[in-house]
Formats: sequence, C-alpha cells, structure tokens
Amino acid sequence: MNSISQSVPKRDHGEKVSGRAVYTADYPNTDLLTARVLRSTKPHAVIRDVAVPELPEGYFYVDHRDIPARNQVQMGLGDTPVFAVEEVRYIGDPIGLIVGPDPETVDRLLSEVIVKYEELPFINDPHKSDMNFFEYDYGKGDPDQKFQEADLIYEETFHTGAQEQAYLETQGMIAEPDPETGGVIVHGSMQCPFYLVSALEPVLDMEPGQLRVIQDVTGGGFGGKEDYPSVLACQTAVAALKTGKPVRIVLSREEDMTVTSKKHPSETKIRGALKDGKLTALDIDICYDSGAYSTLSMVVLQRGIISAPGVYKCDDIKVHGTAARTNVVPYGAYRGFGGAQVFFAIERFMDHLAEKAGLDPVDFKIANTAVQGDLTSTSGRYHFHVPIPEMTDQVMEAADYRRKQEEYSKPQDGRYRRGIGMSLCFHGDGFTGNGERDLIKAVVRMTKDTDDKAHIFVSSTDMGQGFFTSLPKIASRELEIPVEDIIYEMPDTHKTPDSGPTVASRSTMVVGELIRRASQKLKEEWVPGEEAEVYEHYTHPDFMIPFDISKFNGDAYPTFSWGVYCVEVLIDTLTGLVSLPGVWTSFDVGTPIDLNILTGQMEGGVMQSLGYSSMEQIPYDQSCRIRNNKFSDYLIPTASDYPDIHVMYCPVEYPHGPYGAKGAGELPAVGAPSAYAAAVEQAVGGLFAKIPITAEEVLNAVGRNA
Amino acid sequence: MAKDTINLSVNGIDYTFSIGDNFGQVPCNETLLDTLRNRLNLTAAKKACDEGACGCCTVIKDGDAVPSCMTLLADCDGCQITTLEGLSDPVTGELSELQQKFIDYYAFQCGFCTPGIIMTTKALLDKNPHPTEEEIRDALSGNYCRCISHYHVFEAVNAIAGRPEDLDEKWEGRR
Repeated sequence: MNSISQSVPKRDHGEKVSGRAVYTADYPNTDLLTARVLRSTKPHAVIRDVAVPELPEGYFYVDHRDIPARNQVQMGLGDTPVFAVEEVRYIGDPIGLIVGPDPETVDRLLSEVIVKYEELPFINDPHKSDMNFFEYDYGKGDPDQKFQEADLIYEETFHTGAQEQAYLETQGMIAEPDPETGGVIVHGSMQCPFYLVSALEPVLDMEPGQLRVIQDVTGGGFGGKEDYPSVLACQTAVAALKTGKPVRIVLSREEDMTVTSKKHPSETKIRGALKDGKLTALDIDICYDSGAYSTLSMVVLQRGIISAPGVYKCDDIKVHGTAARTNVVPYGAYRGFGGAQVFFAIERFMDHLAEKAGLDPVDFKIANTAVQGDLTSTSGRYHFHVPIPEMTDQVMEAADYRRKQEEYSKPQDGRYRRGIGMSLCFHGDGFTGNGERDLIKAVVRMTKDTDDKAHIFVSSTDMGQGFFTSLPKIASRELEIPVEDIIYEMPDTHKTPDSGPTVASRSTMVVGELIRRASQKLKEEWVPGEEAEVYEHYTHPDFMIPFDISKFNGDAYPTFSWGVYCVEVLIDTLTGLVSLPGVWTSFDVGTPIDLNILTGQMEGGVMQSLGYSSMEQIPYDQSCRIRNNKFSDYLIPTASDYPDIHVMYCPVEYPHGPYGAKGAGELPAVGAPSAYAAAVEQAVGGLFAKIPITAEEVLNAVGRNA
Repeated sequence: MAKDTINLSVNGIDYTFSIGDNFGQVPCNETLLDTLRNRLNLTAAKKACDEGACGCCTVIKDGDAVPSCMTLLADCDGCQITTLEGLSDPVTGELSELQQKFIDYYAFQCGFCTPGIIMTTKALLDKNPHPTEEEIRDALSGNYCRCISHYHVFEAVNAIAGRPEDLDEKWEGRR
C-alpha cells in the first residue's frame, strides 16, 4: 500500500464535533435581513397580477424589476430566470422575495401576497413533451448488419425514478453589499464558488472584481449544490443591492425538496445482438425527464449516452438521447451525473440477455468486458488496464457468490426467500470531453510565509468528502513538512484562482495533481524564513485522442474508475420487506489518498445507490405537485437499514493523477441498483426493469408468480 | 391559570423566559430549537426538517434524547437541557471522550447531522453504558445521515461502550 493512503485525522472534525462550525443558517439573525421566496403554486401559468400587502417600514418586496441587468441565471441554455416575469413553469418557480428583519413577520407578509394566474396546459410526461432541450445521436460500425447476422436479438425498456440529494443542510445563501468595490459579497452553502461569480456577472452587470464569493461550511452536496446555489446567489444579491443590507435565504426542507434539482428520471430502451456468446451490436435510446429548465441536463445527458454501453466491448452501436422539457422541478446533478440510470439499464439488459441465451450472467459479462486497448463507446481507447475481471473474482469470493447463486436458483417456496445479484460499472473521471482543457483551465496557487507554513489557494470545496484533509496530505508529502503546517482555508474567489468546480470526481485527480506539481515548484523555491509564491496550470494528458463533441468521437475521459457490486437480499414474501444480509463491493479509484476518507465515501455512495434502488422515490400528484417533499415522507436509509457493507479496493494507478489517484466520489453511487434488482428477481421471480423496487413492487411480483 | 414563566437549565446555566406576546416575551408556539439557536446562540443543534423526522436537532432533555424542533419551550419548565456545546469542557474546550471517539473513528463526513447523532448516542450511553450493536442501531434509527457514516458511528460507539470486538481487524491499515 502506498503510504499516502494511511489516514490522518480529518482537519475539520474538531470544529464540527464541538458544534463550533458555522453553517450558513448559524450566523445570527441580528445583522441580517431574512428573505423568503414567493413561489408559483401552479405548474404552468401566466402571472396576471401580484398583489403585495402594504409593507411595514424596513420590509421590501423584490422581484424581476429590481434586477440591474439580465434576468437570467447562467446555466444550461440560459432559460432559468432569477425571478419569473410573466410565465411560471413549475410549482416552486420563484416570483419574488419578501425581505425584512423579523422572520415571522416576513412569513406572515408572504402568506398575504396574492398572485393571480391564468393557468396553461402542463406536461408531466416527458413522452408528451413539446420540446427537447437537447438531443444527440452517435454511433459507430454497422449495427444493422450485426443485427442481421445475430444468433439472438433481445430488446427491453428500463425505467429509473428521481432521487433527492437529501443533504442534511438545506440550501442557504447570504449576500451583502461590499462598500469597498460597490459590488457584493456572497457566502453560503455551495460546491462551486466560481459558478456563482459567473452567474452574478450578467445579472448585476458587474466585474468579477466586484463579486466576491466565499464558501461557508457546507453540510453535504452530492451534486445538489452544483447549480442551485447560483439561483440563490442572484436572488440574495439583488435583494442586498435593493435594501443596502445583508440578506439571507435559507430554504425550509419542504421548499428545498420542491425546488432544487434532483437526479433525472429516465427511460432507456436497449436492443442488442448476440453472436457466438459475444455482444455484437447495441441500439440504445435514452430519455431523461429534464423538468422545467435546461440547467445541467446537457452535460448529464452527454455523460449518460457516452456511458450507456457500460463496461462492454461493442464496436457496432447506435445511441440516441433526449432531454425533454416538462413542468416539474428542473432535474440536475446528482452524484453519478447521468451514469446511474444507464448502468441500471445496461446491466439489467446483460443479465436478461444472458438468461435468454442460457448463459451464466457473470461469465457472460466478463467475456464481453472491454480490455486495455479496446475502443470506448466513442472510439476513444481504454488506455489503461481494466481490472473488472479480478475485481469480480474478489467480490465473488468474499460474497461466496457462486455457492449462493446456485443455492438460491433452486425453487424457493417458504415465507422468506433469498437472492443474490451482481453488477459492474465505471465512472469516467473528470469533465466530459475537452472540458478540462477548453472550459475549466484549472489554476492553483500556493505560497509560503515567513513562518515556513505553506498555503493552498484553490476553489475546490469540502462539503464533507474530505478534500480539506486529502489535498494538504499531497502538499505535505511533496514539501516534506507536517500536514499541520499546510493551510487551506475556505475558498474565497478574491483569494483563490479558479481551479474549477467541485464536481465530476475531478478534485483529487486534477486539482490534487496540480497541487502536487505546485508543491514541487514551491519546494525548489523554499528558503526558510522567506516568502514564496507559485502557480500551476492544467495540462491536458498528451495521450488523449481529441474529443469531438459534435460527433461524440474520441476520448471522452482520460481514464475510468471501476466498480463491482454484489448484493444479497432476504425477502419476506408476506410483507414485501427486503433486508440485506450482505453487500460486497470492489472499487478501483487508483491509489487511495486516505483510506478512511475513501471508505466513508464508498460506503455512503453505495448506500445512496441502494436507497435509490429500493425506497427513494418522488411521486407527483395529478397537478404536478411533489407528494412527499418532507423527510417524514421521503425515506432514506438509516442506521436500522444499514447492512454489512464490505468495501474492497483494486487500485490501478493512473500516471497523471497524484501518486496514481483517480476519481472516487461518484463511482460508488453509480452501480448498485442492477445488483439489487437481480437479487430481488432471483428471490421472487419475474423481470425487474424498473427502480425503485419498493415493498409494494415486491409483493406484486410475489402475487404474480404465486 | 397556566404558569407563564419558564425556568430551565441549558448546559448547566439557568435561564428564565416569560411566555407571552409582549415585547421581550417568548411566544407560546416557540420551539426549544428556536430558543436555543436564536436566543441563546447555541447553534450546534440544526434545523434540517422541522418536523421531527431527521434527528439533526436532537438535544437531551432530562436524560432523554428529544427532537428540539418538536419540543415547545413552554414544555421545558424545570427541565435540564444538554446540547452538544455542553459536552466539551466549558473552560478549556477539551472534548469529551465521546466526541473524541467520533473523531478517532471518522464517524461523520459533512458534520451536519453530527450534533444530533452525538446527543442521541450520549443519551443512550448515559442510560445503558454497554449497549449491544442492535441497541445502538435502534437508538440511531431516527437520525438521518446522508453521507451515511453510520457504520463508523457504530465503531465509535462500540469503542466507547467496551465492545471493541472486530474493530482491530477492521481498522488494520486504516490508521
């Protein structure tokens, strides 16, 4: 094991375990105005009138008329307004703010605002959408020919539901006028400080120098704090400029669950050809429900369609993907970023294809798994070793899979039945395509002070995933000074260069490597007692085949992280309840930078993925209202559901990541659902092509197969 | 007539609040969580769901772990309240053994649920110093943790509850 993997105490744990950590909602009310958002109660309507009650002195109504420049939050196609003007497109669409010193008075005033709507037809089914935000086609080889030559053709359609990030800290933001620059200072819960600067610039018509964004201690993100904080930043900043005072919005849980982005629900149709035990062609059609605004759907869909053929070698493919507009909450980033949906589909497809062909599913999958040097879906290369076969062996041995698989295949007729299933996945590391080179262009800065302490300046945030600890470990290793002598403060856009957003499992691999190189430079300039400063810029790995996004051709990712899952279920056929006697996983994330941090990430990601498979769902009523926008109705796995998760590693070192590290954060949340579904399928029979598989679904299957 | 003055002790300090709608009084519908956060500036307990479903606001009231967002201040007359801030040494700031074990065993990630989870654990251990794994799971089943660090929480609690079996093997190489 590389000694960098040895864990050190997490650097933010002292303040968090003592209750001293100050999250956005913890700043005292005394110097702040509270803002609450007036929101649409209709899924699609024209606003005819907004009647605001007479406001006491010191209270304000803020809406689109107060926006200094452009009423547009910079994301996606630019269709997301800061405040709706004439049309509202989903329940929760922001119309204005009531702002004032006393939160209870603000609440009362908000409840007295009367909005008159003229209702318009709404769309709650992506198949009936009047508009695709995005639509892509790509392919290679000659799939039609392969279908003609096939021994067996199989086709199936798969569905996945939405998933709420359910970070425990709801979203919140504070904006205050900055008398020094005439601009604003914005701080709050966020993943990507520079995204907020980009969003504020056109809305306020200000220079980046007037816009200072600082991350507060952040209580979980999981993708949910990638885009939405930009909306809150624009709203609070407009209010701060109007009132001349600091203004805070903290969303209630119901509000957060109603209006912030979630994982896209999906439908994936796969048609595949089999010839001599090999997968010879795939024809895949994917539709993601994008909700009311385009937000991050473009990049989520891109990653989805690129990943859709899974870990398999198949040189004759055709892929079509759409992101459809509807009148529900805009869907966006969720840990995995379009991957979980398609890996559920392709893994289930391979299971069922194997069954049709009379083949063992694991053997069939391994026989078709790509190896180093093979072409990826987009005709890039798997440039490095693909460790799926040995990871699968590792997991099967730990789980005693072969014995259990054989035993549980025999007819079961008791009340309690068992099943076991496996699934494989990857997560492409970093931004899709040339994003790192052409869009992000990450820069890091390091300094040393006269006390011989080193300072890290990056815009990467720690939202719980441990980057405040793992990044200084890298600098400590290179500089050969104790990790305590490395200072890494909350990202502040006036102090740190733009090292990119904290997304896409890129931080350790990309920013970590930049800090490793910057530390080497700093070491060369190191003179005890003297100051020094270095910068380091992103360099694109030279081995990469240039990616052409218009054709989906080339290396979409420099390398991949790999995952193998085995899930065993024990089902009570009278209640439909599923318990998990064991979950075994193996991950290749390259060299672990800190085993404790990594294991926490892997366990958490797997459990989120199992919640997505089994209990988490977002049902809408007939008027497009989310029926369960509360924690008492939206259930996530807790201590009592927590199975014995076995996390193993199979590191394949990546030469362009620090000490061989690759991306890690999203991978565990990508691949478990198909293993879960396969296990349930074995226990109760039938075909499971849809998640979540709730207790009701299990009982239905038991009933059908009785 | 109902008593309109509430006396309670929070982390060993006595407070008196007058209940009513006049200036300086506490409205009768104010929750203990709001009192702690907004009047006493004790912000360790968090408002994450405001309906008693997630456990982030858990404090100890007369020995029991309770959701402070579902507890009215008016129902706390004569009560002893302990929040996470009350566990560290008030003078030196030194952490309690329980807090230290949460650090040693990496028992959280983002830390937002941690104040509630530690207080739930503290109430459990005060009543039952050597809980079984099952009892620990039961006690914590009302605490959401979306980073899903429960496994590490069990290890931390086991370490302090004197049931360290399996811990050494599991932790080999990780520290």
